[in-house]
Amino acid sequence: MAKAHRLIVVGGGLAGLMTTIRACEAGMEVDLFSVVPVKRSHSVCAQGGINGAVNTKGEGDSPWEHFDDTVYGGDFLANQPPVQKMCEAAPGIIYLMDRLGVPFNRTHEGFLDFRRFGGTKHHRTAFAGASTGQQLLYALDEQVRRFEVEGKVRKFETWEYLGMIQDSEGRCCGIVATHIFTMEVKAFRGAAVALGTGGPGMVFGKSTNSIINTGAAAAVTYLQGVKYANGEFIQVHPTAIPGEDKLRLMSESARGEGGRVWVPKNGKPWYFLEEMYPAYGNLVPRDIATRAIHKVVYDLGLGVNGQSVVYLDLSHIPAETLRKKLGAILEIYEKFMGDDPTRVPMKVFPAVHYSMGGLWVDYDQMTSVPGLFAVGEVDYSIHGANRLGANSLLSCIYAGMVAGPAMAKWAKGLKTHEQDLPSSAFDEAVKQHSQKIDFVKKMDGPENPFVIGRELGDWMTRNVTVVRYNDKLKATDQKVQELQERWNKIGIQDRGNWTNQSVHYTRQLYSMLHLARVITIGALQRDESRGAHYKPDFPERNDEKFMKTTIATHKGPQGVSSERPFGKDQGHPQFAYEAIDVSLVKPRPRKYDVDKAGSTAHTTQAQTSQH
Amino acid sequence: MENSTSNSEQSGKMVEFHVKRQEREGAPAHWEVFKVKWRPNLNVIALLQDLQINPTTADGKQTTPPAWEAACLEEVCGTCSMVINGRPRQACTALVDQLQQPIRLEPFSKFPVIRDLITDRSRMFEHLKKVKAWINIDGTHDLGPGPKYSQNLALERYKQSECMTCGCCLEACPQYGPQSPFIGPQAINQVRLFNSHPTGATNMAERLDPMVGEGGVTDCGDAQNCVKVCPKSIPLTESIAVVSKQATVYAIKKLFS
Repeated sequence: MAKAHRLIVVGGGLAGLMTTIRACEAGMEVDLFSVVPVKRSHSVCAQGGINGAVNTKGEGDSPWEHFDDTVYGGDFLANQPPVQKMCEAAPGIIYLMDRLGVPFNRTHEGFLDFRRFGGTKHHRTAFAGASTGQQLLYALDEQVRRFEVEGKVRKFETWEYLGMIQDSEGRCCGIVATHIFTMEVKAFRGAAVALGTGGPGMVFGKSTNSIINTGAAAAVTYLQGVKYANGEFIQVHPTAIPGEDKLRLMSESARGEGGRVWVPKNGKPWYFLEEMYPAYGNLVPRDIATRAIHKVVYDLGLGVNGQSVVYLDLSHIPAETLRKKLGAILEIYEKFMGDDPTRVPMKVFPAVHYSMGGLWVDYDQMTSVPGLFAVGEVDYSIHGANRLGANSLLSCIYAGMVAGPAMAKWAKGLKTHEQDLPSSAFDEAVKQHSQKIDFVKKMDGPENPFVIGRELGDWMTRNVTVVRYNDKLKATDQKVQELQERWNKIGIQDRGNWTNQSVHYTRQLYSMLHLARVITIGALQRDESRGAHYKPDFPERNDEKFMKTTIATHKGPQGVSSERPFGKDQGHPQFAYEAIDVSLVKPRPRKYDVDKAGSTAHTTQAQTSQH
Repeated sequence: MENSTSNSEQSGKMVEFHVKRQEREGAPAHWEVFKVKWRPNLNVIALLQDLQINPTTADGKQTTPPAWEAACLEEVCGTCSMVINGRPRQACTALVDQLQQPIRLEPFSKFPVIRDLITDRSRMFEHLKKVKAWINIDGTHDLGPGPKYSQNLALERYKQSECMTCGCCLEACPQYGPQSPFIGPQAINQVRLFNSHPTGATNMAERLDPMVGEGGVTDCGDAQNCVKVCPKSIPLTESIAVVSKQATVYAIKKLFS
């Protein structure tokens, strides 16, 4: 009998774990890498729920309606076929998670309960209190542990991915990783590799993301020549609690359960979302709500007490209902702000939340490098120009369900078993990455890496988020290049060879700076407004020119040597634009002040929008 | 560098905190004293972030930034556990204005130190393997809805399921430690969680088996520290009582079968 193939999965969030489970079920063995114990992955931060048109409320919801809401909400930038498949799979995914023991909230009769979320008129979001991501992650973590006990999964926790390895024909055949405590650098062989490494929140400094979400894994892969798509599409969540160390998410489910957004105007509450968007009110998609808050605070100067905050008000809803459905997020507000949101309105402000862009993948989740897959937030495929709330948990799980079997199929089709490949490519990769780390350890210039990281975050947040102007984008790209120069002059205070976090961060920062350029230049070149990408100088969507996927590919660097393992220059991104498959729903203008064209609430399908 | 702090900036209120430093397990430990500029809404994480920008002790000596770990900063991931002013808790929800100064930051004592404030809590995940904390499903293929159960049970299970494996309960438990076989409240609570699920209940015996032997639920000394320190307010002593009862029934049945 042929030797079983071993696959590599990097990242232990929902996407990585589901990939692992599905690969095991397809007869593979999996080495699972994660920079933190997988149970601590960023998926835990998802609060509100997971979408699936189970249609238990007699509203005539359907997977087609879910699909239409998703591509409409994404402002027609996503390839439609995978989105449709995901929405069709969604009810089954919710049932599966229920079978795994996720304590979803239930109705009186004991059925799964569903709540409303932004960008839809249907109760389509299954939820476990207000820490649904945590609960879903735990369920998959438990199943992976079961496979671990059976010997099918080996976990490499506290190992950080440094890059992928390709065989002589360009196929991905493994990875290089470093142990973040022992600092050992080692190569691992895999018949196929999946990256489920999450989003790049830390490129923006403070965001709603976990601080492990540096984007570095995606960025180093991009630096190896892998295509990065739609980088400029960054979701800014309308409601987060401003904080000194991070911006804490205040879930959209607060509005889904009836929360209202307002500011005082002429001595009275002004429910501006309800006034501006009567059809959807407080449940407009995130990009729309964020821009409205920006306008109210910065253009109209109506922030609460002159500060950059607005009210998110739950105090009109019975406290008992709130505790049952939103307990976890109420606790977050109470613990960090000291106020009880069942009694007083919360003070919130928009914050960077999610990257719709990521590594380019085909419909099997494979990147532009054969044998290398990407799943979850790190892939670009589902959300177009704006993600609807409660679609992220779904897209992560769905991506894993696709990637696991696709990787198994790929592995079975390989002529050479990964263990029989010559060791040269693996040895070379270890050598190169060890040289890079040794280079960083010896850096003795005047710059502090954390100061550079903070400046990067400040610039990106100020100029490359809610409202974008070309002159400011150009200036930001100049600034990032200046920071890249300064990166070369970093000095490392900690010279130790054990759990050296300064060295890790400096290495990550190198790639983050490159990713910042991909995001910034991508935004600069896209002279239109679409979803989360908004330019006042180009306020309309331009389908003719820009209904296309942005593809960034890295060129360079030049002059790489053992003395200069990062190269003499840093290289730069090149951009191309790829047509989109809109064969299922004809693109139409996106408006939320009126009901969705071709589909109104309580009707079955958006048939009129079908070809 | 608007947020950077240094000891030359003595104007304004300062926050004093002491960090227990240790190169690695077994190496000698020492305390370092730091002062950073006070701002509103500071938490312990923000203090440690300041030291990354400017790793200088209160007496002006250059040092290395203390090693610490954190992820979500919202108290749902369980990463940033440490002992703060003598109490095991999450650093992210430790607000400076609610803490007595000087604030003392130490690593957990029941687990091996990796470096400074980082400890190796992987033993907790081994506990989860031991009690088989999962539902034995046939596969992830589409098999329709799960078993129907009441909203009350869902709410109860949700509360137990909020455990983020932070280890505060184990750090506070007098029975738990590197030399002790006691599995501790974290895993016992998981036994309850999975035994209460309609499908999970079919494998109840597998989970109760490790509960009746050495290191099982009977090793609990009823100090009730766990429930006092749990950041998620999980009713751990209630879980211990429930599992204790289940284990007794299981042991009697086993005796007569």
